[in-house]
Amino acid sequence: MSTVSNRRQLDYIAAQAADARVNLEIETEGMTLNIGPQHPATHGTLRIVAKLDGEQVVAAEPVMGYMHRGYEKLSEVRTYPQVTTLINRIDWLGSFANEVPFILAAEQLMEVEAPPRAQWIRTLLFEMSRIANVVLFLGDMAVQVGAVTPVFFAFRDREHVLNQIEAATGGRFHPNFDRIGGLKDDLPKGWVVETKQVMKKMRSFCDEIENLVLGNEIFQARTRGIGVVPADVGLAYGLSGANIRGSGVDWDLRRDGVTGLGGLVYSELDWRVWTHPDGDSFSRFWVRLQEVREATKMIDQLLDGLPSGSIMAKVPRIIKVPAGEAFVETENPLGVMGYYVVSKGGLVPFRVKIRSASFSNMSITPWLLTGVYVPDIITILGSLYFILGDIDR
Amino acid sequence: MTAGHIFAELAYWQQTGIRVAVGLSAVLLVAGALVYMHLFKAVSFMQSRLGPMEAGPYGSLQLLAEVGKHIQKEDIFPANADRFVFAAAPFVVLASTFLLVVVVPAGPDAWFVNSALGIYLGLAVSSVSVLGILMAGWGSSNKYSLLGGLRATGQLIAYELPLILAVVGVVIQAGSMNMAEIVYAQANGEIFGFGLMGNPFILTQGVAFLIFLIAMQAELAQAPFDMPVAESELVTGYMTEYSGMRFLLFFIGEFATAGVFAAVASVLFLGGWYVPGIAPDAEIMNVLGPLVMLVKIVGLTFLIFWTRFSMPRFREDQLQRVAWKFLIPIALANIVVTGVLKVTF
Repeated sequence: MSTVSNRRQLDYIAAQAADARVNLEIETEGMTLNIGPQHPATHGTLRIVAKLDGEQVVAAEPVMGYMHRGYEKLSEVRTYPQVTTLINRIDWLGSFANEVPFILAAEQLMEVEAPPRAQWIRTLLFEMSRIANVVLFLGDMAVQVGAVTPVFFAFRDREHVLNQIEAATGGRFHPNFDRIGGLKDDLPKGWVVETKQVMKKMRSFCDEIENLVLGNEIFQARTRGIGVVPADVGLAYGLSGANIRGSGVDWDLRRDGVTGLGGLVYSELDWRVWTHPDGDSFSRFWVRLQEVREATKMIDQLLDGLPSGSIMAKVPRIIKVPAGEAFVETENPLGVMGYYVVSKGGLVPFRVKIRSASFSNMSITPWLLTGVYVPDIITILGSLYFILGDIDR
Repeated sequence: MTAGHIFAELAYWQQTGIRVAVGLSAVLLVAGALVYMHLFKAVSFMQSRLGPMEAGPYGSLQLLAEVGKHIQKEDIFPANADRFVFAAAPFVVLASTFLLVVVVPAGPDAWFVNSALGIYLGLAVSSVSVLGILMAGWGSSNKYSLLGGLRATGQLIAYELPLILAVVGVVIQAGSMNMAEIVYAQANGEIFGFGLMGNPFILTQGVAFLIFLIAMQAELAQAPFDMPVAESELVTGYMTEYSGMRFLLFFIGEFATAGVFAAVASVLFLGGWYVPGIAPDAEIMNVLGPLVMLVKIVGLTFLIFWTRFSMPRFREDQLQRVAWKFLIPIALANIVVTGVLKVTF
């Protein structure tokens, strides 16, 4: 063994050793940050367990179930008309849209078809609940990125839509208006004209958001290239709705879906499906903004083409659904929502399985959040746009 | 015999007492006025709502109600908090604000300290608030607070530099670091021989003014630079664990600091207490000067809050980039240009 005698060499070795020691000491264990269950960015009681290295996320895991209300089980002890009251509350911002697939599934089992006027009004309210839902997202996303004001505009203008929904159905948030074989009531007098004016307001709201949020350089710096979901990964995780269209997948159940008997009348309207190739937070926001615009145009067409006639098909007073099973899914504001209804021929469904969009959309978060910075967690979650009720049911 | 002569004959402790009392009430009154005018009303109108309307005529006493509410609240300490650091932090932040106001003159004789190093002193003491924020972030024993405190420290240090560099241009042009001298230099200056309105440095130091405003926005941690308090992700960062009186101190400190920084900016760039037509050292300016300053402060803080409520926030790496790659080089170039022009003309 040779001894090191050169003083320079000794110094070098000592420095190396000191370096190694310091590096050993500085190597720290990561920090676990619990985002939620009570946190302003989680829209309710979602919890994200994020393991951090500095401000970078090493691993993230969503913890759900804080708001589980057991709707699938509760549906089994309620008659078919009673179930709609319940499922209204799944996605509470666009609640009429929750009723539609269930009613369609029940109609499919009973082989009833709603009259044309009911179908048109159904589609009309479906799109209005989409606007009521997504408009809030447009404001809320700005809050997640740090701009406080747009959300006030969103609340202000959403109120116009909610007023119209209330005027037609009697309920602002929980209309409970859809019936097997048609609708509860016809539209009130003067509603068509008022709704047309509201749609004009909503279009100008979209322009406002485009100027205030979408076109803002800081907003773009915060969302472009952040949270990129490639199309294949998104499809593999079961993403749907604007989230997958934001990744460039041209798939919309309103156009491509096979709704049951007495379905919605999208095929008779002139509209298009918006997609964006980037797959980042910005593109998801952009697609939703375009969809609100598209929905206002669809509503205008629906109002113009509203057929006359009755709004209720011939349905027995006491609804008994024959044995069988049906699965109907529709393109809800948050994504694809489906009901799998099994009937054994009685007053109540034997089993209802609800496929809610947000639950599937959330499943991508561990993959998507790995490696991002803490501030980006919030913008990514915001852009995926989930409603807690839609996750936990 | 004027008020100034009476004041000069008082004992030192009496003078100091009066100065402290006037300084405290001036800062707090201005802060209260800013909260009411900007946060409660101007911003409410921007967001299509009315703001407070019940307490007092047109909601003008709302702030008193808020103060009363916060005083009654429990003073909560988190279980693992470093109690002394946690308790002291808001006072450190507020102290930095009150130390900064010391150098701001509001009239020929209406000053607290007429130091030859005025602006230098002011910028030095304004950095003390970083300590308070770091103390709050660390002492809370909360992860969100810690992240917020560290972000705030990084940000405040980064934006200190453009702030100081922007001031250097003004100092070169005025030829003095004394705040009153800077005002006189603007009042007596002339632009191309046109001296009727003096030469407020916003005209010749416009670039420095913009840099100062941006850096000021960041120093105050207002949007788009509010990453440290980011209420939608860090739940107001270093203030998360504060409640009651101590939260109120942070809250007042935020608006008081905004007012004081605006006062500094108005002295540096808008001519301070000077208005065209009245000699800046006239006796009447001791009364009019503070009012003129108030108008300029309200105008500047309106800009701050206007920006705050219309902009999304930068991520912290992006805002560091804005400071180091954008503001500092421009500020340095501004200094060079100012220096060259000063020597040639």
